[in-house]
Order: sequence, then C-alpha cells, then structure tokens
Amino acid sequence: MTSVPGAPVLTMSFDIEGRNFKASGEASGRIKRTLEQVGLDWNVVRRAAVVLYEAEMNIVIHAHRGVLRAEISPQKVVIVADDEGPGIPDVSLAMKRGFSTAPAEIREMGFGAGLGLPNIEKHSDQMSIETEVGRGTKVVAVIMVPGGAPDVTPPGATQADAT
Amino acid sequence: MKVSEVAKALGLDVVAGVAGLDREVTGGYSGDLLSDVMARAKPKDLWITIQGHQNIVAVAVLTEVAGVVVSGSVEPERDTLERADREGIPVMRTPLSVFEVAGRLHKLL
Repeated sequence: MTSVPGAPVLTMSFDIEGRNFKASGEASGRIKRTLEQVGLDWNVVRRAAVVLYEAEMNIVIHAHRGVLRAEISPQKVVIVADDEGPGIPDVSLAMKRGFSTAPAEIREMGFGAGLGLPNIEKHSDQMSIETEVGRGTKVVAVIMVPGGAPDVTPPGATQADAT
Repeated sequence: MKVSEVAKALGLDVVAGVAGLDREVTGGYSGDLLSDVMARAKPKDLWITIQGHQNIVAVAVLTEVAGVVVSGSVEPERDTLERADREGIPVMRTPLSVFEVAGRLHKLL
C-alpha cells in the first residue's frame, strides 16, 4: 500500500460532553500519551498538549457536545475540535487575549480567562476557525514536526512506500 | 529533591497521590488561571495554587508538574483527591499563602 506523505497514520477521536468537568482533560491526556508513545519530539508533544486541552475545554465550557480528534503523522499533528454549540458571533473578538463569554462559575474555577483560543494559536503552526452562530464551531490546529518528512511530494518525485 | 522531601521541609499535608511522592521537583510555578499554567508550567515544577477542584489534576497530568500545592487553607474537593490518587499526582494542602509557599520553595531548591 502506498501512503501519501502527510496523510495521518493514526487518528484518535473522542466524544466530549458539554459541562462534564468530571471527564474533562482525559481525552487530551490519552492523546498526549499516544504522541509520546509514537516517539514525537518533546516540544511537539508539549505544544500539542496545550492545544488539545484548550480545545477540549472550549467544548466542555461552551458547547453542548463535540468531538476532539487528533490526526498524527510523522510530519505533523492535526488537532480538530468540532462542536455543536452556540458558535462564535465575532471570531476576531474571541481571539483577543482576555475576552471571554464564560459565566462566573466557570471563571471561578480558573477557566474563562480569555486565553484559550490565543493559546491554541500561539502553540500551533496553523489555526483555523469555522463557526456558525447557533450551530457550532470547528477549530483546526496544525503542529508541524521539526525535521519530519516534507509535507508535500516535490514535483517529479515518486511517493515513498511507508509500509 | 523529591516531592516527599519538599512536603516535609515545608510542612505540607499530603492528601492524595501518595504514589507520586518520589517524583522529582526542580522548580515551581504559581497560578490559578488554568490556561496560564498549561502554557507556562514546566515538567517537574511544583504547582502552587488556590484552586481545589478536580480540573487541577488534568492540568497537572498534562503539564507533568511534580505535584500540586493547594494553598491558603483551601480544601481540595473529594473528586480532586480521587482523580489525583488515580493518576498518582501528589496533592498537598497548607494554610500558607501562595506567596509563602513559593518563597520557601525557592529558598529550598
């Protein structure tokens, strides 16, 4: 079987329930352990852990439910948080450090400081947000692996057989 | 220095995660905003906070801090203790303020 460079070799996916603080962080923890087990660079794992946790907590705090997914390849880690929730009316405002719509009881726990999305942006190489008010939000963050195989096959090159 | 040694020197009351008492402490971080701690705490730091709810354990696991000091006489919640025992993350309680714990830890290390 021929694999496309940059295609995920391992995908992990977890259902995340809104307002379930009992389980919160466990999906992130399991994905992080897998990243360590496949031998990714420590700094990549650390950055991924920040992105995973912020993305997971955004679903727990703001959405009804969602899915946290990681697509892992030797070139990059793609983290996707796809939720059914209120959506974000003003993405540029949500990206501002310190802006938060989290209610008081959530803030008292040390969340809702308006650092979540900025933290995801800071700790990833690419980030995108698709959102629709009243429907939900999808955040995609990419963390490149330094020294990983090139993401795009150069023109004329044949695709390597990774198996 | 081990967590158990720090706990003894600072008079911290170990309330959960005894399995992790041999973890090594090389530094410290104090903070109550979980996003800030996620982004800045380093592995083997001792995390000093006034948060006592169970989410501190998830953050401790992800950041690989050595343990958590819940300071200022804050009582860690039962869920926190259960989760910390499950994960082997030492949770310690103290009447000292965050400032006092940080100062003493800095001197000790």
